[in-house]
Amino acid sequence: MLTPDWSGGYSRRDARMSFISEVLRVDLVLFTGLLVLIACGMAVLYSAGGGENSLLVKQTVRLGVGMVIMLVMAQIPAEDLRLWSPWFYVLGVVLLLFVMFGGDTGKGAQRWLGVGGVRFQPSEMMKLVVPMTVAWFFADKHLPPGRIAVLISLLITMIPAGLVVVQPDLGTALLIMSAGVFAIFFAGISWRLIASGLFTAVACTPLLWHFMHDYQKQRVLTMLDPHSDPLGSGYHIIQSEIAIGSGGVYGKGWLNGTQSQLEFIPEQDTDFIFAVFGEEFGFLGVALLLMIYTFIVFRGLVIAIRAQDAYSRLLAGSLSLSFFVYFFVNIGMVSGLLPVVGVPLPLISRGGTSMVTLMAAFGMLMSISTHRRLLRH
Amino acid sequence: MSAASELHIYTTRRGLVLALFVMAMGALLARAGFLQIYERDFLQGQGDSRQQRVMSIPAHRGMIMDRNGEPLAISTPVDSVWANPQETLLAREQLSAVAKLLKINREDLYERLAQRADKQFVYLQRRVNPDIARQVMALNVPGVNLQREYRRYYPLGEVAAHVLGFTNIDDSGLEGLELAYNDWLSGEPGSKRVLRDQLDRVVEDIERLRAARPGKDLTLSIDRRIQYLAYRELKAAVLQHGARSGSIVVVDPKTGEILAMANQPAFNPNNRKTLRSSHYRNRAVTDVFEPGSTIKPFTVAAGIGAGKFKPETVINTSPGYYMVSGHTVQDEHDYGKINLSRVILKSSNVGASKIALGVTPKQLWQAYRDVGFGEITGSGFPGESAGLLSDYRRWRKIERATLSFGYGLSVTPLQLAQAYTVIANDGVLTSLSYTHNNPHVTSSRAMNATTAKTLRRMLHGVTGDEGTGRRARIEGYSVAGKTGTAHKSTVGGYDEDRYVSVFAGMAPVEQPRLVTVVMINEPSNGDHSGGKVAAPVFSRVMSGALRLLNVPPDNLPTLQANTPEPEAGAA
Repeated sequence: MLTPDWSGGYSRRDARMSFISEVLRVDLVLFTGLLVLIACGMAVLYSAGGGENSLLVKQTVRLGVGMVIMLVMAQIPAEDLRLWSPWFYVLGVVLLLFVMFGGDTGKGAQRWLGVGGVRFQPSEMMKLVVPMTVAWFFADKHLPPGRIAVLISLLITMIPAGLVVVQPDLGTALLIMSAGVFAIFFAGISWRLIASGLFTAVACTPLLWHFMHDYQKQRVLTMLDPHSDPLGSGYHIIQSEIAIGSGGVYGKGWLNGTQSQLEFIPEQDTDFIFAVFGEEFGFLGVALLLMIYTFIVFRGLVIAIRAQDAYSRLLAGSLSLSFFVYFFVNIGMVSGLLPVVGVPLPLISRGGTSMVTLMAAFGMLMSISTHRRLLRH
Repeated sequence: MSAASELHIYTTRRGLVLALFVMAMGALLARAGFLQIYERDFLQGQGDSRQQRVMSIPAHRGMIMDRNGEPLAISTPVDSVWANPQETLLAREQLSAVAKLLKINREDLYERLAQRADKQFVYLQRRVNPDIARQVMALNVPGVNLQREYRRYYPLGEVAAHVLGFTNIDDSGLEGLELAYNDWLSGEPGSKRVLRDQLDRVVEDIERLRAARPGKDLTLSIDRRIQYLAYRELKAAVLQHGARSGSIVVVDPKTGEILAMANQPAFNPNNRKTLRSSHYRNRAVTDVFEPGSTIKPFTVAAGIGAGKFKPETVINTSPGYYMVSGHTVQDEHDYGKINLSRVILKSSNVGASKIALGVTPKQLWQAYRDVGFGEITGSGFPGESAGLLSDYRRWRKIERATLSFGYGLSVTPLQLAQAYTVIANDGVLTSLSYTHNNPHVTSSRAMNATTAKTLRRMLHGVTGDEGTGRRARIEGYSVAGKTGTAHKSTVGGYDEDRYVSVFAGMAPVEQPRLVTVVMINEPSNGDHSGGKVAAPVFSRVMSGALRLLNVPPDNLPTLQANTPEPEAGAA
């Protein structure tokens, strides 16, 4: 927003702001929140990795790549994204089919696709493409949508989610599903539909149970009572609960967590990194971390509210809530509130693919935020 | 739908999202608070129990030294490899590498772990080479750890094996002085709290709960040099005479301190893999034999003590045998009418019998009991035998006669040595001790001082030209001693062909510094008399020991005869 000052010209501050906003297309508020979170993440990762610098260097490289992707995405106006959405969708589904029939196997699941030496997960991409496509579908419709439209949008969501479930990767499938459902929710479906949807979901739970893999059933049972199998499936969760709990109010201090430094916590630099955080920074640290996450989610929702068209609004709302779901599921899982699902802690866990997806999503949010045309009205 | 209701939809929707969001964050925060505030102590305890372990710190076992501070038994630190089966069993594929390093069968190793799968501690190998221990740890097998222990090492090997005894693998005394002084030697293990990691390896010592109290050192009365001498000469004699076994004891009569004690057969306490129990008995203390003629000085002492005999009293031993209640007491030759000195010198059984029958049974019994027969010496050695001296009230006449020349009672070599210290010590009986400067040594008069001196003179004659103990002589020193050759008792009588050859003696005669008893059991290569088999051992050991102790020679003529001219002139 450019406003003339008393001298009749633009102040330097405004000029700088306009550069960041109009040229770089960066939403400074969101970006600040991300930087704070990333700084926290680096500190915890250093501790979780046993004080090895190589881990940090790699993570920095990934972040750099993520930043570039974010900046690139921020340059693309939402209007263009909207036009490309269906094509991305078709490409994504095709890639998922490829994975199904010829993907690489990693940790017992077919998730990876190798293209020219680069391995990537099409399912990861679908976390963004599904809300984009749902938003595209509703963009030129009269809102709130009718039943047929809702049904079609659900189909758009369920096809890729279903393909990911059979990989099997329940965690990612749930995230994809939630991203689509958020978009549908923001489109304004009637409460009656929401209620019946919820009812159907609850009714389907036994059916879902039936179709779950044994290890998934085990994870649910473990969450309900981790001590039923303390050396087996309950091991992860018991160790991480011990780590978090022994942090107390103030934590044991950075690099001083015994559970983590003695490597009792499994996967402590990836999915279970929150346990390290909880042990070393305590309840106050956890509260602060949740505040940072909340700040980012709220900024995303503010961007959604201020968005000028339906597509932008639905996409921004869905991406923001998806981000919320990521860290909610991860922290919930590590602290024993939810069953163990392989979801990393966003922007803190080590890992490349999720980082790229996240930064692309934040790029989209920034694009939506900075491409508003308020002054032209 | 109107624009207003549309707006309404989105406002409520926004509120719902906000409400759900707040609820979700509240849930996370509540969960964190539950774990970090409410359950904190419990979870911290859980964490500690996983990360911390109380380990014992082994105590260093005290060193055993000889009277001059030379080491006889020392503890050196070694490592033992142990495992926590619950963790190690999970790394089954790594077991073969461990088995290979420890040179044990892979299947056996697995079996051992599997049998103790519910335990948290099992030794894989005790006392391994430090180099191998390091290699095992380098394998990084979960649950495999080292434990510091001490291994007992005996620098003298089998030389002092019987006296020292040995310890078991847990460093606790099993035999000998290691057992007798176990409380003194063994310290008290301490304990410490350590931090361990996921693989059960000790990462850091957190605190020492209790310091290990090391055991105290023990200074023995044994003189390493004399011990070696005694061992060497005894072993040579046992081999030379094809004997079944043998014992030797060297005692300082003034203090009762045992300077050397050796037995054959012996064992190497540093390598007990092939150990047989018959080899680790300290026969000088545990095994009894009939002392034969070596008891005659005490028979004479009984006669003199009772006032019935004087040293110059003449006894008629003709015709070389003596009938007692239908039994015959036999001498080698007919010695005719001889005084007490010659009874000893010629070792006349007839003479001894007549002395014994000349005093009351009680007087004879008392004379024997006074010098320690039939009682343990009080040296405190485990498994010590008291020998056998039966109740005089049941003695028949023939028994009194045979007792006088050493049949019908049994003694240990140590008891015999103690009895001879009474003669050496002018009639004072000193309790025996294995430790140097033992404050608990007691002494009591067991014999008239004059009698003891007289006996020494008589025993000196035994090593004279006419005596049975000529081979016990030592160059430069006068020797008093007595030979003994006893038939071994078998079921229902005595074996004609199996003997115990003994020599008990002291030197120098006037002020004896050492008392030595040599006992050779069942020599089989021809010679069997104490004079021929045991006396030479006595001579060699005493000759070396007296010189080692810088005892001034008292018998210069014998020395002159064999020394070069200039020294002879000086003397």
